[in-house]
Amino acid sequence: MSTLEIKDLHVSIETEQGTKEILKGVSLTIKTGETHAIMGPNGSGKSTLASTIAGHPRYNVTSGTITLDGEDVLEMSVDERARAGVFLAMQYPVEVPGVTMTNFLRTAKTAIDGEAPALRTWTKDVKAAMQQLRIDADFAQRNVNEGFSGGEKKRVEILQLELFKPKFAILDETDSGLDVDALKVVSEGVNRAHEEGNMGTLLITHYTRILRYIKPDFVHVFVDGKVVEEGGPELADRLEDEGYDRYAPGAGVAVAPAVQA
Amino acid sequence: MTDITTEKARIGAPSAQPFINGFTEEGENLSPVNTGTNTSTTSEQPSAGPLAGASAKSHSHGGGVGIPDSSRAGRLTSYKLADFKPLNGLEEDWRFTPLKRLRGLHTEVLNGAAPAVSVTAPAGVVVETVGRDDKRIGQAAIPEDLVSANAWENFAEATVVTVPAELQAESEVSVLITGAGEAPSAQHIVIVAERFSKAVVVLDHQGTAVVSENVEIIVEDGAELTVVSLQEWADNAVHASSQQAKIGRDAKFKHIVVSLGGDLVRVTPSTRFTAPGADVEMFGLYFADAGQHLEQRLFVDHAVANCKSRVLYKGALQGRNAHSVWVGDVLIRKEAEGTDTYEANRNLVLTDGARADSVPNLEIETGLIEGAGHASATGRFDDEHLFYLMARGIPEKVARRLVVRGFLNEIIQQIKVPAIEERLTAAVERELAATDN
Repeated sequence: MSTLEIKDLHVSIETEQGTKEILKGVSLTIKTGETHAIMGPNGSGKSTLASTIAGHPRYNVTSGTITLDGEDVLEMSVDERARAGVFLAMQYPVEVPGVTMTNFLRTAKTAIDGEAPALRTWTKDVKAAMQQLRIDADFAQRNVNEGFSGGEKKRVEILQLELFKPKFAILDETDSGLDVDALKVVSEGVNRAHEEGNMGTLLITHYTRILRYIKPDFVHVFVDGKVVEEGGPELADRLEDEGYDRYAPGAGVAVAPAVQA
Repeated sequence: MTDITTEKARIGAPSAQPFINGFTEEGENLSPVNTGTNTSTTSEQPSAGPLAGASAKSHSHGGGVGIPDSSRAGRLTSYKLADFKPLNGLEEDWRFTPLKRLRGLHTEVLNGAAPAVSVTAPAGVVVETVGRDDKRIGQAAIPEDLVSANAWENFAEATVVTVPAELQAESEVSVLITGAGEAPSAQHIVIVAERFSKAVVVLDHQGTAVVSENVEIIVEDGAELTVVSLQEWADNAVHASSQQAKIGRDAKFKHIVVSLGGDLVRVTPSTRFTAPGADVEMFGLYFADAGQHLEQRLFVDHAVANCKSRVLYKGALQGRNAHSVWVGDVLIRKEAEGTDTYEANRNLVLTDGARADSVPNLEIETGLIEGAGHASATGRFDDEHLFYLMARGIPEKVARRLVVRGFLNEIIQQIKVPAIEERLTAAVERELAATDN
């Protein structure tokens, strides 16, 4: 059982207009076996949270803490975080020229486990995982994400999730840009990884659609860099009906306590 | 006519890009100064050379300001050193080269001890050392610049490697060329692949030298020859190498340049088609470290109909004032109907302070061709690539290696001599390890 704990996190970025604060005090605790959905309108800071946990250099943590089983995640380099068990499925996976998927997957797995995977079982595992995610076998010989469609890139992110077996998976709008079939395939992959029982999931999404396939235990609504409302799965249903309008400034009581906090 | 040429130049060139505005003569004055510049990417316009001759024509590349007499076909060629004017570094074909670092190859009499040549050849291949008057000398090459002419005038003896007609060499011919010191010297090598023979010849340059070298390559009708030129010189070596190939009917020629070591290495491979049906592939790999100048200027002369050429050079650069130059001249003459050609250069800049110059030139004198294209791209190993790989647990050093190895491997795997491929893979690893310090 592991715990990823985020406490009063403040994050800013440098822009041409100066420093801009994006996260304004976020607290969140995720335990193994739990699925947390973070929902919110565009620009609310959801993706910033994801990238900050993974350690993207663009984001400066000005105060607050992130710990994984008590270890200070903010002190770790990007690769150390990954080896500690944090996995970020990216919203826009980049193409890496010159590196084949096969080579990349094996190198990453070796880095994460601290030893090379046994060749025979590894090859079998990769093949099986690719099949389940309906990724063509010839992708293994292609360069990482190079020439992949948006949906293919997302499937390859989930392929890595299944193969690397992280303690915590952060899915940054993995559902955006997917058609229903691809969404199902991707969701099944996440559910399979979850069912192994050793993973906590932070699911970041703009839409409620993916929550029909991946059931959250907790739903957090993000507006303007803060969590403005928290609840169970029923909150997602409500958002599906009502949208984010009621969180707009001055629109409703739900916002008021958070603004004052 | 001008417009038609421009259109044709774009055929089959999906990644051909328009030139950057205001980015024309930027490198022109580079060689005399050659310091303090650290732009990491260029793509510039061909400009006129003073050596251009009578058959020159206006080159209409990319809608830029074409300067008459700029055709590669018009360049002065001569066996006589005296025919070439002294270099001042502003010449089109020398403008990127720091002349000061040539250590006399362009000014001195090249009478130093030539690098020692030792050849290991499979059964049937004939290896000879001959004098200047051997009739095979001058069959495939004529100096295209002053430094090459200087070597031609001064070489004492030549090594001739002959693959007899119809011989299928069972292993590679290894020509080990070991530098004999720092006195400026001249070298001459002749490789003849007779009719329907098949062989791989590796020119393996090592040690310390200040040398101008002429390599003549004759690929007779139906022959299949691969020449690999490895430059793994010691850090202080200076090497200019003109490697000219004459390609016969239905012949296949593969030329691979690998430049890793040396202070200044300038390889100028030219291939000339003399009969239809031939197929040429030219590959290059270079890895420039801090302060290193690695230059490659190639020429493909489509002088006859129905020949095919493919060119791909890839380079990595790291460290302050690491400088690579790639100039690819492809000329499709009026007679060369049915030509199919494509040339590309890719550079990967790994650190700040390095500079890659890349100039693809395509001249087309007939519209009746299969295809002609060129491409050049210089990119950075950027922070987003690094973040992606590191976010998968891969340490920074390993991530860098992964990318560079993958990038350069495309060329290494063209060599098809396992021992050499392994050696080069290891050499690239060493280059990368050097960055870590």
